[in-house]
Amino acid sequence: MKEGRPRSFYVLAIFFAAYVLFLYGPMIAIYVLSFQGPQGGLTFPMNGVSTFWIAKLFQGTGIVDLGAAFRRSLLLGIIVMIVTVVLSVAAGMAFRRKFKAQSILFYSAIASLIVPSIITSLGISLEFRIIDDLIKAHWNENFETSMGLLTSGLGAHLTWTLPFGLLIMFAIFNRFDPRLEEAARDLGATPWQTFRHVVLPIILPSVIGIGLFGFTLSWDELARSSQAIGAVNTLPLDLQGLTTTVTNPDIYALGTVISAVSFTVITLALGTIHMLNKRQAAKGSDAGKGLV
Amino acid sequence: MPEEVLQQASPGLIPGSGSARVAKVTRLSPSFISWLQAGPMMLVFLAFFLIPLMFVVIVSFWDYNEYQLLPAFSGRGYTDTFEGCIAQLPELCTIAKTYLKTLKLCFLVWAITLFIGFWVAYFLAFHVKSKTWQMGLSLLCTIPFWTSNVIRMIAWIPLLGRNGLVNSGLVKTGLINHPLEWLLFSEFSVVLALVHLFTFFMVVPIFNSMVRIDKSLIEAAYDAGATGFQTLVNVIIPLAKPGIVIGSIFVITIVMGDFITIGVMGGQQIAAAGKIIETRVNALQFPAAAANAVILLAITFLIITMMSRIVDIKKEL
Repeated sequence: MKEGRPRSFYVLAIFFAAYVLFLYGPMIAIYVLSFQGPQGGLTFPMNGVSTFWIAKLFQGTGIVDLGAAFRRSLLLGIIVMIVTVVLSVAAGMAFRRKFKAQSILFYSAIASLIVPSIITSLGISLEFRIIDDLIKAHWNENFETSMGLLTSGLGAHLTWTLPFGLLIMFAIFNRFDPRLEEAARDLGATPWQTFRHVVLPIILPSVIGIGLFGFTLSWDELARSSQAIGAVNTLPLDLQGLTTTVTNPDIYALGTVISAVSFTVITLALGTIHMLNKRQAAKGSDAGKGLV
Repeated sequence: MPEEVLQQASPGLIPGSGSARVAKVTRLSPSFISWLQAGPMMLVFLAFFLIPLMFVVIVSFWDYNEYQLLPAFSGRGYTDTFEGCIAQLPELCTIAKTYLKTLKLCFLVWAITLFIGFWVAYFLAFHVKSKTWQMGLSLLCTIPFWTSNVIRMIAWIPLLGRNGLVNSGLVKTGLINHPLEWLLFSEFSVVLALVHLFTFFMVVPIFNSMVRIDKSLIEAAYDAGATGFQTLVNVIIPLAKPGIVIGSIFVITIVMGDFITIGVMGGQQIAAAGKIIETRVNALQFPAAAANAVILLAITFLIITMMSRIVDIKKEL
């Protein structure tokens, strides 16, 4: 092949750069606009620079009770993250050997990923309504509802995060060397010890990746929450509600605050993954160090 | 291999593995372990996906009045949905018009995301040689996916609004006299936002297919005298087809069921398949909402089966 870069490289490099600009440009615009001055409006130019709108959010004088929605979303996100990591790793291990219902689980996960969210959300809401009706009819007339953040809401989010978790586990075990486990077993490790001291440290960076997906997908989830969350709102739902009514930059301020949480989590996760990978590269092999 | 696995999980089961047989701890059978490992996830899908889907189908055949569900068989959810479809012929009824519009949006978004996704993935897979750069640039494309969709939608408002950057720029340069009204809260902004949000779902699977292509095949094509275009059409596209199909399935199903982007970016004025369901739910007409969900599900399923004829999804993951 020719040395040097072909002309198509430069054409596509410009195309790629334009795509990245298209991805990030608008987001950056609203981060900037959320620092509008107190008199500023919804568009450029900036009318002074201040933290007025962000401060206003935290004073709770805005339209939404940001604090409560923030705590609810955070709680739900963390629970979804933990459940997603544990169930995905467990199921990922199960898929390494054949078992009955393997393809049922696989196709359920794929279907859960691609069936339109509004249908899943409607289904969960119907399910809980019917459960409520049954409880009211047979046990307790004064029963309010079983729908809520940590029942139907949690379930709705899991139908969205678990398929991603499972697919990442497939990717991990596709390039996992089973000889490492055999070696551990030959040295007398129990199955649990093999998992704890051999498998888990190797897959840990990717497991953190699953956690990252679990949290961020839940933190920003909207379509599935819309019908299934019950009486309370999560942060994205509040934000969506604001899009039709708001005429000043506090919507951008809220957007910036939500994104700040996302970016903190992304940075933490990627940083940890990077650190673990480095450690693995440095300490993972004792090749060439002689007999211990 | 199966015996080996069996041995690993439960040494006591295989006759002849003497030392294991004396082990005091009774080991669990491998299929039981599999159930323990996969069971919880299966239960979540059962409780929050499969049973709810079943309820959608059941409730779509229930009756309803202004404020509650009536658990008695009725086709009213469907007859209300298709109201006027025969009487108004040859005029199209509301539901048919809505689905045509949804399909049109879907096709536009699909075509644009495929074009952008293909070339972005091509650039990453074939032109970026260093693994570190490949990782870094893929990450750059992935990070927005981890941030909020609604924020990425409202991010267009300061750019496309009546007094937004685009309009004021165009007016200043004298290209137009009055701000363009169709930039925001229009089909244009809906398509733009959907492309903005979901090209990611095209890039990832196509990129995955492309990095698996053996580079020597491309060199062979080059040595055999193929032009760059011939290599693209006869080697790369056929081998990237699984990724293209998977990406297309993602994008098409997302757009078919979307009601949030269409709502926010269409100024709540554009009807779409997903929007009907939302409207019916808000009116507490659950059987009608469920009937619409069943119709949407059937159409989505039809599209997926047609596409998965082209490629075996399970083999590709």
